[in-house]
Amino acid sequence: MKYVAEFRDAELVKRSAQQIRAEVTRPWTLMEMCGGQTHAILRYGIDELLPPEIELVHGPGCPVCVTPLEQIDKALALAALPNVIFTSYGDMLRVPGSGRDLFSVRASGGDVRVVYSPLDAVKIAQENPEKEIVFFAIGFETTAPANAMSVYQAARLGMKNYSVLVSHVCVPPAMHAILGGEHNRVQGFLAAGHVCAVMGYWEYPPIAEQYRTPIAVTGFEPLDLLRGVLDVVRLLEASEVGVVNSYARAVTFDGNRPAQDLINKVFQTCDRKWRGIGNIPISGWALRPEYAQYDAESRFDVSAIHSEESPLCVAGKILQGQLKPPQCPAFGTLCTPEHPLGATMVSSEGACAAYYHYNKADLVSEVSHG
Amino acid sequence: MGKVDFGGISREACLEYVPEAKVGEYVVVHVGFAISLLSEEEAAATLAVLREVSDIEAELGVRPGELQA
Repeated sequence: MKYVAEFRDAELVKRSAQQIRAEVTRPWTLMEMCGGQTHAILRYGIDELLPPEIELVHGPGCPVCVTPLEQIDKALALAALPNVIFTSYGDMLRVPGSGRDLFSVRASGGDVRVVYSPLDAVKIAQENPEKEIVFFAIGFETTAPANAMSVYQAARLGMKNYSVLVSHVCVPPAMHAILGGEHNRVQGFLAAGHVCAVMGYWEYPPIAEQYRTPIAVTGFEPLDLLRGVLDVVRLLEASEVGVVNSYARAVTFDGNRPAQDLINKVFQTCDRKWRGIGNIPISGWALRPEYAQYDAESRFDVSAIHSEESPLCVAGKILQGQLKPPQCPAFGTLCTPEHPLGATMVSSEGACAAYYHYNKADLVSEVSHG
Repeated sequence: MGKVDFGGISREACLEYVPEAKVGEYVVVHVGFAISLLSEEEAAATLAVLREVSDIEAELGVRPGELQA
């Protein structure tokens, strides 16, 4: 595919890695924000191409992973209701709630359907006027334009049987939480390219300044990732702070204004709990009061749910870059993609799933013991 | 809505957020929505910089692996 194949060119990948090797003089710890980047790094072996001075730690940018347990449990309760068709992105179905997951709700008779886009959920609602259709509106700024549009459309069409269970989170507050945390090791950030495609990167210079941490807006192909690393390393080596756009073909400083406008029309900021991490102030989006009738939490009574996390799961530490998946005693034994204890083992953007899938357990144990 | 060719597979995507998109251009699509119009100019510029690094090294006779020492 054009603009994909070129950015996987093996020779240029090798050369880019050498360039980093040539310029790095000291150890640096960088965090890639997005789970999609984590998977690309492990899939293409970018971590092994980098010089030993560069350590990549994996950030919390996996929407499925950080969706709080309480929201998963609410989803399970809604999906089990007799007149409800519960629609969701496919990744959410295997995510463990307190007791079970959406797959098992479906197995016991719940109408749970995977949709590719929230507009598919709106279509299902139009085709089933006698049913209540609930869409699990999770995600970062990348999915927000789509999820917001589905609510906007439903309102425009005067639909009465469509609602969303919202669990939206935003990147900048998470960067504050990580960089301001007492156990922080991150010295440079690879910001999530597609979040920035929507939001731009005008929010980042103050963060870079406040924590003296350089940031590179980074894409998802091997050459994009290496470019991001090189740009951050150059700033670090020169003791400079700044924000570089290393993904200029898809990202502009201002981002996608029409998308931001619709997000702001439908959503407003709110405090949000992140699974494994805890509450982060003003870190999410909720529906504006004008759209309250499309809020599944007010349409159905799902408030009295008691949630309980697996005591063995260390996903919170993994999501903050404090631990790597194979350092978890349950990794690959008690916790596998078939029987996950936490969401990071399930999601296509989860760090545990990436290590499991690309079989990186041995590599890390060597590094950590070495 | 518009038709987007994903390397041979054609799929519908909402183009509401990229009103300036024209037939034949490239977009980044996420969950059925085009969120960014790809700048071919910027893509070419990025690749040119990378190739330039490559060429300088080739001219200097540096071979892959040598910089590791």
